[in-house]
Amino acid sequence: MHRRIYGLETEYGIICTPDKNRGKKLTVQNVVMYLFREIISGRMYPDVFLENGARFYQDIGCHPEYATPECDDVIDLVAHDKAGERIVTRLATTAERRMKADGFRGKISIFKNNLDTVGNTYGCHENYLMEREKVSFRQLASQLIPFFVTRQIYTGAGKVKRSDQGFYEISQRAQHIREEISIATTTARGIINTRDEPHADREKYRRLHVIVGDSNMSEYSTLLKVGITGIILRMIEDHFINEHFALRNSVQAIHEISEDINCKRLIELDNGKRLSAIELQWRYFECAKRYLEQAESDPTTDEVMKRWEYVMTQLEQDPMQLDRELDWVIKRKCIETYVKHRSLKWDSAEVKRIDLEYHNIRQDLGVFYKAEKRGLIERILDDSHIRKAMHSPPENTRAKFRGRFIKLVNNGKVLCGVNWSYIQLYEPYQKLYLSTDPLKPEFEEASRMIYSI
Amino acid sequence: MPSEKQQEYKDNSIKENEEIYPNPELNENVDELTEDLDALLDEIDEILEEDSEEFVENYIQRGGQ
Repeated sequence: MHRRIYGLETEYGIICTPDKNRGKKLTVQNVVMYLFREIISGRMYPDVFLENGARFYQDIGCHPEYATPECDDVIDLVAHDKAGERIVTRLATTAERRMKADGFRGKISIFKNNLDTVGNTYGCHENYLMEREKVSFRQLASQLIPFFVTRQIYTGAGKVKRSDQGFYEISQRAQHIREEISIATTTARGIINTRDEPHADREKYRRLHVIVGDSNMSEYSTLLKVGITGIILRMIEDHFINEHFALRNSVQAIHEISEDINCKRLIELDNGKRLSAIELQWRYFECAKRYLEQAESDPTTDEVMKRWEYVMTQLEQDPMQLDRELDWVIKRKCIETYVKHRSLKWDSAEVKRIDLEYHNIRQDLGVFYKAEKRGLIERILDDSHIRKAMHSPPENTRAKFRGRFIKLVNNGKVLCGVNWSYIQLYEPYQKLYLSTDPLKPEFEEASRMIYSI
Repeated sequence: MPSEKQQEYKDNSIKENEEIYPNPELNENVDELTEDLDALLDEIDEILEEDSEEFVENYIQRGGQ
């Protein structure tokens, strides 16, 4: 079976609303400190690994960030991404209790989206481990750009705009993309980001760090986002894509596609042809189908292909039919229905509030979860899979070994320093475990490794 | 011939662009709601009982990655 390491990093937005009359205001920074207080227990920095192998830390711009453990199956990754939401939710509940004890009564809202009210953005980064020698970065980038520009029609999380600017667009992130290729993650963000920290054997592996995508609430959207990208990467690694989809102006195209909720806008290719995002994605789909007739598949890949085809067929007929599957359509349906039945204006604060609350990760508060509870959302996972992922690392990657150590640490059995690729056991054991291959569930003991060289 | 082809694409794109921003406020027909969707709207009502204007204005984050 073909194996790859997948990971998702999510930066959350956070705000605390004080109770009427009784609450004092807390800054974002203070709320984030409360959020971490339970979990860092005495440590200096808000940066910890968890017993499921994940990392939870405070990132640039004071965002709590959850990075899933290394997964080798996309459905398992979707579960670990959801497990992250549940863990952060649980921490928010504890934080509210601690705040109350300190005299700050209020409610913490945590949003898994990519935009605040004034247009600041924060990300959801996808990570794919690739074998370095299989394809040059140049070739990888040129084949990925048209795919990343057009995949937003099923990965977008939707965004309310001013009515004179078109009411609604597909992606939260698209308008913040300014370059084709860039190393920057906080300024001139690129369709392709060149950060390459494999946390593994550099000679053998590269890490593709994708910052162009939206954060997703829908399990369906997350599955398609990572699953289809994984299939595209396999085809690029095997030099299977022989069509040239190079776009005349990729940055302009990513903006324009996001702006057209009918998904019909034609974009110009380098060869002068004009195609819609749907047509381009169909080409990638047909290519993938041919590829999998001769390459090895597996049940997860089959499921991704089936759902990809379904979504493309629906998008072609009428994108609004995907109001159970895709974030940008689900959210639009909620807002549109609400606006009609409550006679609201799209420019109202209420509509902007729903645009935010859709992404509230607290299951008792968020609009997405309220819709899910009423059976209005198509799911990929059983809740039991998510519950398991909150405590248990993936079975077949090095996250398993890391998770075991964190459990020992949390039970007070050992003291150790942990990072993605090493575990340093302090007194009295004094051992260093290293991993150069995240696909292997075991780390190697450094001393043994060094002696064997 | 190639120039005709080009022209055809161009016309298409103009037509598409005109239809690109459908105004959702102009759509007058209010569909019957399913029970679940109706209940969801009620729950959204509850969320919006708080002052949305103030909430939205206060939701300011520092830029992330």
